[in-house]
Amino acid sequence: MADQSSVTDGIHYHQHDVVIVGAGGAGMRAAIESAPKASTAVITKLYPTRSHTGAAQGGMAAALANVEEDSNEWHTYDTVKGGDYLTDQDSAEILTREAIDAVYDLENMGLPFNRTPEGKIDQRRFGGHTRDHGKAPVRRACYAADRTGHMILQTLYQNCVKHGVQFFNEFYVLDLVMAEIDGVKRVSGVVAYELATGEIHVFQGKSVIFATGGFGKIYKTTSNAHTLTGDGVGIVWRKGLPLEDMEFYQFHPTGLAGLGILLTEGARGEGAILRNASGERFMERYAPTIKDLAPRDIVARSMVQEVLDGRGAGPHKDYVYLDCTHLGAEVLETKLPDITEFARTYLGVDPVTERVPVYPTAHYAMGGIPTNNDAEVLADNETVVPGLYAAGECACVSVHGANRLGTNSLLDINVFGKRAGNNAVAYAQTADFVDLPADAADGVVKLLAQLREGTGTENVAEIRKALQETMDRNAQVFRTDETLQTALADIAVLRTRYPNVRIHDRGRRFNTDLLEAVELGFLLDLAEIVVVSAINRKESRGAHMRDDYPTRDDENYMQHTMAYRTAGDIGLPQEIRLDWKPVRFTHYEPQERKY
Amino acid sequence: MAATQITDNDTTPEPVDSAAEAADRQVQAADAIEEPQSFPVTVIVRRYDPEIDDEPRWVDYDVQMFATERILDALHRIKWEQDPSLAFRRSCAHGVCGSDAMRINGKNRLACKALVKDFDTSKPIYVEAIKGLPLEKDLIVDMEPFFDSFREIQPFLQATGKPEKERHQTIAQRERFDDTTKCILCAACTTSCPVFWTDGQYFGPAAIVNAHRFIFDSRDEASQVRLDILNDREGVWRCRTTFNCTDACPRGIQVTKAIAEVKQAMMTGVKL
Ligand SMILES: Cc1cc2nc3c(=O)[nH]c(=O)nc-3n(C[C@H](O)[C@H](O)[C@H](O)COP(=O)(O)OP(=O)(O)OC[C@H]3O[C@@H](n4cnc5c(N)ncnc54)[C@H](O)[C@@H]3O)c2cc1C
Ligand code: SF4
Ligand code: FES
Repeated sequence: MADQSSVTDGIHYHQHDVVIVGAGGAGMRAAIESAPKASTAVITKLYPTRSHTGAAQGGMAAALANVEEDSNEWHTYDTVKGGDYLTDQDSAEILTREAIDAVYDLENMGLPFNRTPEGKIDQRRFGGHTRDHGKAPVRRACYAADRTGHMILQTLYQNCVKHGVQFFNEFYVLDLVMAEIDGVKRVSGVVAYELATGEIHVFQGKSVIFATGGFGKIYKTTSNAHTLTGDGVGIVWRKGLPLEDMEFYQFHPTGLAGLGILLTEGARGEGAILRNASGERFMERYAPTIKDLAPRDIVARSMVQEVLDGRGAGPHKDYVYLDCTHLGAEVLETKLPDITEFARTYLGVDPVTERVPVYPTAHYAMGGIPTNNDAEVLADNETVVPGLYAAGECACVSVHGANRLGTNSLLDINVFGKRAGNNAVAYAQTADFVDLPADAADGVVKLLAQLREGTGTENVAEIRKALQETMDRNAQVFRTDETLQTALADIAVLRTRYPNVRIHDRGRRFNTDLLEAVELGFLLDLAEIVVVSAINRKESRGAHMRDDYPTRDDENYMQHTMAYRTAGDIGLPQEIRLDWKPVRFTHYEPQERKY
Repeated sequence: MAATQITDNDTTPEPVDSAAEAADRQVQAADAIEEPQSFPVTVIVRRYDPEIDDEPRWVDYDVQMFATERILDALHRIKWEQDPSLAFRRSCAHGVCGSDAMRINGKNRLACKALVKDFDTSKPIYVEAIKGLPLEKDLIVDMEPFFDSFREIQPFLQATGKPEKERHQTIAQRERFDDTTKCILCAACTTSCPVFWTDGQYFGPAAIVNAHRFIFDSRDEASQVRLDILNDREGVWRCRTTFNCTDACPRGIQVTKAIAEVKQAMMTGVKL
């Protein structure tokens, strides 16, 4: 086992067999597999329990059939159909098959799931999860009140404590070190910035797992944390590795209007109903069979359509209502206590007696770092980067296709987090360390110096706000070539302003001013890829709804987008090359998607 | 409102019409409210950067706020529009990650759950770091001692045997420790505790809350080990039941009650 550290020229060097970047659900699930078998370091910009997995509310899908008949195969079908047939079907089969053990693993580790009267794990309904290929909603989501993500994050952290996992808390990974050996790009380690001291640390690892979560902060109205700035995805991108399906960004139907704070779909799973200004249950018109429990892309679109057609509620007619009033105080207080409190605290609305104003909120990245089913990162459609893994929201396997089903992400982080951990250890047990180049830390040192010593007058917060506003306006639920071109032009201008940002905090300790500037750089890169990929996909599929191309076009677009960076250092225009990657099919022929 | 049809597939309960109509009226009344106005608020923050300052200093900031905004929004406005060097932790912004516990007008709160309208804004709002943990910079403290106490109580399920599926637990058994599973480790309780201020060795309420979560979990077999740990000189007996912790907890956990139950369990054994 390797586990060493030293300091040279003011830079700290560490060596671990497995280096995991990120301590959310995916990162810690991986660590639980790897730490008992190999020297493992988990590097995280947040204290593990602050990770956004903890914000997840509604549940984790698995066909346990604890409360009614269910099967993996139904779950696979729903996942494929929910993803508008862009889901890789072999990957979805793995996801739903391993779901069962993933839930039992968590329970065995201590997760306090809600229980059935017989003492088994209870299950609830969720959007798009159905009995026998779409016949009716099925109870598949395992849950712990409406804090399932909190309980997953706590349970995984508790088990990391049990296994003595070594964490580097509040260390920001800013670069990936790779070396080319015999013409093959291999991973050598990562470079991190320690928030408390401003010092640079190089972590050499035989294998490296990225588990850095999503990038909701490219949007203004989002359910995502301030810290979800897509650093890991951006780092991999800047290394010349591709990103997959970036145009598919999910908007969750029920964000608190104006704020974006999430109210779980589990509320509708328990029976809550969406209504427009006149009180009509409008989902009956859009999805006659499963209504409010249609998948998110469909519900979000229907809500926006209601508002566009003048049926929105409120002084500006710009939201609809989530009606929980018929559920009763008992259900709300015991099964949905947190969201009940969110509505009370942040909108001053009591869901027990009042309808809650809601509107879609930017929620989840279906796209990200392409991996195969073993969580190995891909350098193109097939070639793996030896030693490099990705799992969780930052990765794209793709199990979610064009639209993720609710409760399938908490599942994803557990199934593919575990796979990443196991495979990273197996690799580390046979591979050698790849020598660190002498200039391993140079990229980060230069990036930070450039930002820190900048003498410009631009303000980080202003550029970020402008980015988020154009993304909300132009690359949201409905898109057209025109709106997307507007976003692209806006981003180009913001990119030229970015190198002139001024960092006011010149200190070394807890310099969050500096880090926010670094994070903004990732946001700008990623937003542009989202928009460029969206312009290129001239069809509507899943979460990507093009008003100018309103139908799905399987002939031309039944394939994943692969984006490659061909140029674009800080302040320079990015050059993005787009390519395609075939979808993997097993049993399911693409069909029109009706609910 | 449009008539709704109940089909075979429809498993969703429908509200009776009269209730829906009443809700409608209520909602329309709410809709008539005029546009909210922002107003100036003075926020006074205790700043400290050991690279520059010999000791902490209070700095005034005037910010334009809406009543429904969070104190976290005020801090962001200061950081993003006036002084980007202001340092504080935050992530989720809606009270679930535990990053931003701080002392606001002398009371521990999460900045993201404290709304402007909860304060008398004719007076300044004072914001400072939580007390009892080493101050690092501005509103940031060293959290390691806090997490050390947490880790010491063996905060993980200890159960022998590997069941084939899930371990069973009745609804009532699950309910027994529900309250203490809500903890987000924000430290608001521990750093509001006068015993902890004077004796940093005291485990503190948060560690006891997390011990409670396992002691009363019917699946766990190591309750006695944790009770022994907390029976220590720096354990539960130091609690003087001042209820500061319960008042401070942003998750509404009955912290003092949990501590009392742990004390009780030491004397009479664990009742699950
Ligand atoms: C409000 C909300 C509710 C949700 N509810 C559900 C639900 O009910 N069911 C469901 O299935 N899904 C749900 N989701 C989605 C799901 O929670 C997330 O997709 C999932 O938790 C992501 O987990 P993760 O481990 O990939 O990332 P995260 O939990 O976001 O963790 C990311 C980690 O990466 C670290 N990190 C990031 N950048 C760096 C860096 N530069 N250096 C070092 N470390 C870094 C962070 O510190 C953090 O530890 C919800 C999401 C939200 C926002
Ligand atoms: S018990 Fe409450 S106040 Fe204490 S750490 Fe947990 S959530 Fe915070
Ligand atoms: S920012 Fe997460 S609890 Fe306040």
